[in-house]
Amino acid sequence: MSSERVALKHGAGGRAMRSLIEEVFLPLGGPVDGVGLSALDDGAALRLGDRWLVVTTDSHVVQPVFFPGGDIGRLAVCGTVNDLAMMGCTEPLGLTCAVVLEEGFPRQELLRVRDSMRQACQEAGVAVITGDTKVMGKGEVDGIVLNTTGVGLAARVVRDDGLRPGDRILVTGPVGDHGFAVLARRRDLRLEGDLRSDVAPLNGLVRLALEVGGEDVVAMKDPTRGGLASVLHEFAHKAQVGILLDGPAVPVNPQTAAAAEILGIDPLLVANEGKAVLGVRPAAADRVLAALRGHPLGRQAAVVATALAERPGQVILDTGLGRRFLAEVEGDPLPRIC
Amino acid sequence: MADLVSELKFRDPARARALGAALEREVRAVGHAPVRVMHVCGSHEQAIARFGLRAAFPRDLEVIMGPGCPVCITDMPEVDEAVALALDGKRIATYGDMLKVPGTSRSLADAQAEGARVDLVYSVTQAVELAERYPGEEVVFFATGFETTAVATAAAILAGVPANFSVLSAHKYIPPAMEIVAEMPDTRVEGFLAAGHAAAITGWAVFEPFVARHRIPVVVAGFEPLDVLAGLLRLVELVRRGTAEVVNMYPRVVTREGNRPAQEKLWKVFRLLGGRWRGIAHIPNGNLRLADAFAAVDARRRFRVDLSRLWDQAPPALAAKCICGDIMAGLKRPTDCELFGAGCGPDTPVGACMVSSEGSCRIWHTYGGVPDLREVGP
Repeated sequence: MSSERVALKHGAGGRAMRSLIEEVFLPLGGPVDGVGLSALDDGAALRLGDRWLVVTTDSHVVQPVFFPGGDIGRLAVCGTVNDLAMMGCTEPLGLTCAVVLEEGFPRQELLRVRDSMRQACQEAGVAVITGDTKVMGKGEVDGIVLNTTGVGLAARVVRDDGLRPGDRILVTGPVGDHGFAVLARRRDLRLEGDLRSDVAPLNGLVRLALEVGGEDVVAMKDPTRGGLASVLHEFAHKAQVGILLDGPAVPVNPQTAAAAEILGIDPLLVANEGKAVLGVRPAAADRVLAALRGHPLGRQAAVVATALAERPGQVILDTGLGRRFLAEVEGDPLPRIC
Repeated sequence: MADLVSELKFRDPARARALGAALEREVRAVGHAPVRVMHVCGSHEQAIARFGLRAAFPRDLEVIMGPGCPVCITDMPEVDEAVALALDGKRIATYGDMLKVPGTSRSLADAQAEGARVDLVYSVTQAVELAERYPGEEVVFFATGFETTAVATAAAILAGVPANFSVLSAHKYIPPAMEIVAEMPDTRVEGFLAAGHAAAITGWAVFEPFVARHRIPVVVAGFEPLDVLAGLLRLVELVRRGTAEVVNMYPRVVTREGNRPAQEKLWKVFRLLGGRWRGIAHIPNGNLRLADAFAAVDARRRFRVDLSRLWDQAPPALAAKCICGDIMAGLKRPTDCELFGAGCGPDTPVGACMVSSEGSCRIWHTYGGVPDLREVGP
């Protein structure tokens, strides 16, 4: 009965979402020269002479529209710039912007969203090149929906299935900030400390990593919905390696760790909008780590996991106190009773 | 997570390793294998699973999860009562975990899909607020949980509730359940790890009659990883020495007498009554029911609860194969169940153990049970 209708968990970034995409949308794909729909990667890459045309698209719906550290406009630009970067395209040629507005949406807020899009575009070195606007009746859409599509060229495409046993996995900074900042604002939780979204364009940071790491950077993904856990599961599944995650090595900001503890939600399962996860050949790991740490967005980068020949497809968390499998998100957790 | 771990001394890996090594020595010194101990608290299982402690336990130590998940031991007829009241037009307020627990033919979630009003609350206070917000409706708080949540229910009732508010109590009392499990011939439990938060209310002395009767040691423990490891170490030490006594390893929270004002409230509002715990047994004095003085807020006495119409549909055939009871009694493991992961999962739970985040099947489903992950990796 539950599978007859789409549920919120089908958009949560976990297994349910993957199976919905595979069952419903995968048949739309077809053979392409490069990375197409069937790869279910961050975007597509089509061969264009000796280079690659990278395309990615993303719709953004966030409640609240404005949150500590950003808003839907910044999110829409960064999300798409980052998806391009995760494919190896760090110099985007342009973005499209399609907006669906609810009747009654305040013009002042729209201008705020526009301004933060412009700001994020400047940081990423990209511009909006075309767009579309629709207005729906009251209640037909929740405030504002933004879709951005990004295009760019890449000399080399980085996939998300390139890990081999022994490869190291790096994360570019503390995880969980975006998810907890939005959650705290949404539920009006008055938590102490400064919970701020990490939303930022990563193309500059990734360019640096690729310059230093070159062919030794073998997998990239941004840990958005479903968090770091979801990325590691995809890496493990697609490359058929095991992954051993060193829990204490994963950077988490103290205020985010505190919120996670109070709410009983694992920061490894929570969305980021300004972090990347990189799979790197062991010999290049230190070099890439040093490069990341030299960039303002990568100061707290860390090596957090290792790919294994054992237990292909599985992700094991070493908590420092013991070990267990790392679970993926499964919808919204029900509140506990005692 | 380095910052958090280093600040919380109850999660210090070096101390955990030292405790683990001591536990290993102690288990070996017992002289037989395996050593079987039981905890009776979903929060203990959560801590064990979340921090991966089973991978740090000695291989010859079996730490069984007993009947410590309040959602799991809520009996089917109790769920039926809530469903019947909901279908009769009462507004039901309950904890989120209860929504999907299957009754004989329906869960509260099913009743909700049929149009019944069911509200999820985090506390009894929110349920009382609902009654205030809907003065024209009867609001029934379907109250589940052990001593910890029962005290909160009692306090709310004593503070005064609106006339349209009543309580359907499925609250349970843990000490008698330990007696039943200890008496089961096949359980072979050599020691109990008791829940620190429940003992904070009852006081640790509540376990003394049990220890005297059954000659089985009880250690009261907290919920941080080092609390659990230190509690187990002390418990196995008592097993090795053959010393049946109660030891409080959670003195920063638990005292011998417990929380007197809370106890007074608890026993003023509730009385003990025997009743079935789902899948386990009839537990004498295992249920907390409202005392006669509070009949006016007792949903069972305020309303006629007709369950018979829920029984025209037989429970699904799968339910007969569910072994939640055996799992909670420590006789079986989730992986022994033929439904585990094959017909029974968090989306389509057959038994309550797969519903609650404190249920053993749900926890094993999420964290992968007890695979031996020690040797994996470089």
